[in-house]
Amino acid sequence: MAIIKTKNLTKKFKDLLAVDSVSLEVEDGECFGLLGPNGAGKTSLIRMITAVSPPTQGEIWVMGNNLKTHSQQVKAFLGVVPQLDNLDQDLTVLQNLMTFARYFDIPKDEAHRRSMEVLSLFELESKRNSHLKELSGGMKRRLLLARGLINLPQIMILDEPTIGLDPQAKYLVWHKLTELKSQGVTQLLCTQNMEEATVLCDRVAIMHQGKILSLDTPRRLIAKYVGNEVWEIEVNSDERLRTVKELENRGLDFEEVGGKFQVFHIEDEKSVTGLVNSLGRLQRRQATLEDVFLRLTGRSLAE
Amino acid sequence: MKPFSWRFIRVWQRNRDIFFRLWHSEAPGAVAEPIIILLAMGLGLGAYVGMVDGQKYIEFIAPGIIAAYAMFSASFECTYGSFIRMEFQKTYDAIIATPLSVEDVIAGEIFWGATRSLMTGTVILTIAAAFQLVSSPWALLIPALCFLEGIMFASLAILFTSFAPAIYSFNYYFTLFITPMFFFSGVFFPLSSFTPIVQTLSWIAPLTPVVRLSRALVNGEIQLDLLWALALIVALAILFFSISLVTMRRRLTV
Repeated sequence: MAIIKTKNLTKKFKDLLAVDSVSLEVEDGECFGLLGPNGAGKTSLIRMITAVSPPTQGEIWVMGNNLKTHSQQVKAFLGVVPQLDNLDQDLTVLQNLMTFARYFDIPKDEAHRRSMEVLSLFELESKRNSHLKELSGGMKRRLLLARGLINLPQIMILDEPTIGLDPQAKYLVWHKLTELKSQGVTQLLCTQNMEEATVLCDRVAIMHQGKILSLDTPRRLIAKYVGNEVWEIEVNSDERLRTVKELENRGLDFEEVGGKFQVFHIEDEKSVTGLVNSLGRLQRRQATLEDVFLRLTGRSLAE
Repeated sequence: MKPFSWRFIRVWQRNRDIFFRLWHSEAPGAVAEPIIILLAMGLGLGAYVGMVDGQKYIEFIAPGIIAAYAMFSASFECTYGSFIRMEFQKTYDAIIATPLSVEDVIAGEIFWGATRSLMTGTVILTIAAAFQLVSSPWALLIPALCFLEGIMFASLAILFTSFAPAIYSFNYYFTLFITPMFFFSGVFFPLSSFTPIVQTLSWIAPLTPVVRLSRALVNGEIQLDLLWALALIVALAILFFSISLVTMRRRLTV
């Protein structure tokens, strides 16, 4: 069953079409990734789904409720973790959680119990009476995640949840999100970290210029757009033309990136042998979602 | 216009909690200033002015000072205070991701601003009473008047905030609007001492009917035509309140 469904969702700003007729369905219990370069429309899409920004056109249903008429009810089911820190600077860690719980009408005792629970989940118990300015950037992000869980949401909306985290904290967050998914919490994850999308997401949508270019499991996207392995060929400049010709003659799927050739969809190793003479270098590596991302959204800067 | 719901109380509670956590950093100054003005002007200038409308000068200005500083409290709270919450701390964004709506947030801000007016007005009233400047039990209605006045000025402040491009914009609001009202709404001089043009302008200023009511309550001079002043305040409060809900929704839900 689709827990989030959008139909022809469109967001227009003055002279910019931020989201262009997007129809998608997020299944109950899955982690759905939204990938795209800066300005692709991810945040605009998320702001509409969280009922913060009204769509220019189109419809949104969350858990069967039309967002236009039931935004208050829907927001009670959502745990929103924003990209920008909007914690309450004038309150302590625990007070931040207690105050937020009150927005959801959670009774005081219950709010306190849950606050302590989410603080321990993100290893922040010892900071519960600290002021916000005493927290590191990583602790603030963990607190934002903890705050997003205070209403026991059925759906978490996560906008770059591990941005700026050190590797330890990043793995902790990934681990917690995986645990939450196993408890049945649906996740809509906006990220530019391809490793994160590969680790966490069941399906990812790649967005570009307001549209969804492709939508599938990470593994199938990789198989479809780049194959399982990427061969990288580095040749010096006088070999360049010959290499291009040779690659074309052999009918290979390749791209030239910064003086390097990347060859995709290699079914048979023989198709590449002899391509490079002793002066060049050839390297094969596992294909990643990043290759798919770059192929689909282009290599030049979007903005 | 979309209506607000009872959930606005959550925003009011948040602001209250933070105010009482940090009150020592703001409240003493907010109360010290009107007391200094009251005593300096009342006793200092009062020694030269003599009687105004049959009262000692300090008695004349006390009700006006109450009304004026109640206005300042709501105005500061809902200009600088609200702008910082909205733009710098992104508190509004955090709250509208919960079951609260933009209207709930703005109503909470306005009622909190009005609560600040009520607190300021009540403290000054108490001190004025201690100096025996309050002669009537009608003055017990002053806190209610300050709250109503607070809704009007907080709404107007939020309305301005909804258009403010930067925090510096509030300098205009105070120097061109609030401060002139402080001097031309009958706080320090009877309106009749101004030229007719200034008198007309004074009657447009929303502080004028508040000063009139405040003075009537403190002196116990209750007349039927005070209802006009009251009606004007209520009407302006409802008007500014309603418009600010619309303009704030426009600003926040892009």
